[in-house]
Amino acid sequence: MSFDVARVRKDFPIFEREVNGHPLVYLDSANTSQKPVQVLDVMRAHQERHNGNVSRSVHTLGTESTERYEAARAKVAAFIGAGRPDEVIFTKNSTEAINLVAHAAGQLLALGPGDEIVISEMEHHSNLVPWQLLCERTGATLRWFGITDEGRLDESGLDELVNERTKLVSVVHMSNVLGTINDVSALVARARQVGALVMLDCSQSVPHFPVDVRELGVDFIAFTGHKMLGPTGIGVLWGRFDLLSEMPPFLAGGSMIETVTMGRTTYAPPPARFEAGTPPITEAIGLGAAVDYLTGIGMDEIHRHEQEITRYALEQLSAVPDVRIYGPASPAGRGGTVSFGVEGVHPHDVGQILDALGVEVRVGHHCARPVCVRFGVPAMTRASFYLYTTTEEIDALARGLDQVRKVFG
Amino acid sequence: MMLDGLYQDIILDHYKHPHGRGLRERFDGEAHHVNPTCGDEITVRVNADLSEISYDGLGCSISQASASVLHELLQGRDAHDAGEIHQAFVELMQGRGQVEPDEEMLGDGIAFAGVAKFPARVKCALLPWMAFKDAAARAGVEVGASPEVKA
Repeated sequence: MSFDVARVRKDFPIFEREVNGHPLVYLDSANTSQKPVQVLDVMRAHQERHNGNVSRSVHTLGTESTERYEAARAKVAAFIGAGRPDEVIFTKNSTEAINLVAHAAGQLLALGPGDEIVISEMEHHSNLVPWQLLCERTGATLRWFGITDEGRLDESGLDELVNERTKLVSVVHMSNVLGTINDVSALVARARQVGALVMLDCSQSVPHFPVDVRELGVDFIAFTGHKMLGPTGIGVLWGRFDLLSEMPPFLAGGSMIETVTMGRTTYAPPPARFEAGTPPITEAIGLGAAVDYLTGIGMDEIHRHEQEITRYALEQLSAVPDVRIYGPASPAGRGGTVSFGVEGVHPHDVGQILDALGVEVRVGHHCARPVCVRFGVPAMTRASFYLYTTTEEIDALARGLDQVRKVFG
Repeated sequence: MMLDGLYQDIILDHYKHPHGRGLRERFDGEAHHVNPTCGDEITVRVNADLSEISYDGLGCSISQASASVLHELLQGRDAHDAGEIHQAFVELMQGRGQVEPDEEMLGDGIAFAGVAKFPARVKCALLPWMAFKDAAARAGVEVGASPEVKA
């Protein structure tokens, strides 16, 4: 059956509500996505019927919970083309997944002065600050790719930037501000040449288009459940199993051990080694339900719909006087996240007036301050789309911007 | 529209035609404050006798208009009066729209009464006032107790 946005929207109870007397126009999915009833039902049913702790109980409820939790892991693994479920580690969010790698892989690499870590100017703070801290701890040097005027990764200095001193490269797969989708094939090939590990921040890519970790040829990816129709509190680190099995633990405690004596401890194999303490069980199962929902519709279909919406939004926004779009101007090589400025009006004021009309957008530096600095502004307004976004919602945004210009004109 | 309470004409006037904007060369205390969630920034400079209060910043209409109103209300006052006005403004902003503002004391500042109903914007309005307080302290002037900034 072909993609039908009206039918999709019926699965999302939140679209029945109004905001400030207007129908909700939700254009902030890059921030967090809305949840379909199919995900909410699975989570509620789990709590009502199957709740027990995982990986430690012999009783029926514990067994059912463990089966469901591990089934969610297998669903996520299949969703991203992982070789085996054990390569999927459940974390709190993308941030924790990246911090896990910065600590555990950082220790495995035995970094020191002279070693280099490479990121980009396009990163969310979550793929920037953990590497700054790692460099502070070890004396390694942090370097980065710049951004071109068109909002793409500037790979002109690739061979110099990624060199024999480079131990790890971590870049964003799709920018949460510019919408740019980074083709990382050249970067990965160069990293392989010099023996550096590669991590991708897939927080904005895995929810929106098909991602296959084997095709990408990288070592680690991070993403988060709440941006892909799942709940908050559940994120994913995928890593190559041979690497994960060499890495030391990050957080320590229950569930991650093999044998404990008062003197020392040996650790469980991955993924348990990296899942200390009771995990977010219901949330993991909810993420599994979200993966089922997305798979049922088809990631190719979702991507195609978002490309159409993005094309329409770029056209409509370009037609509003005084609006400047940051990032790629055409839908090619970009996703459904569009940041812009309204000449003479601060994004906070843009966002406030849009909210009064029921249009929910994000304003500020989007946890990626260097991107704003790169384009010479303290903040931007961002509209971001998903499988449930309609052209009528883009029209509401454009009308709202007319209102903004009236108030501040 | 609901926004009438937020974007009063007085606020938009101060935003479009700010008073006292631009940093003076001579000062005794300076403070630079940022709102980490939105990136708004302000620098405030004061003389020890509060005869000069200047500022410069980047930010939304609420934070920039608030700086303009602050300049108008506090420049040339003594430390005691400035402290009272400062406290009254902070109380107004933290009052969730329940505080009746004193026009005699707050002048154009009463236009911000509506901002107090928008918790996400209270920090914008308070940004210059908190920077002023720090700048004054560095110039050796105490302007009242440190309020707890919420939201």
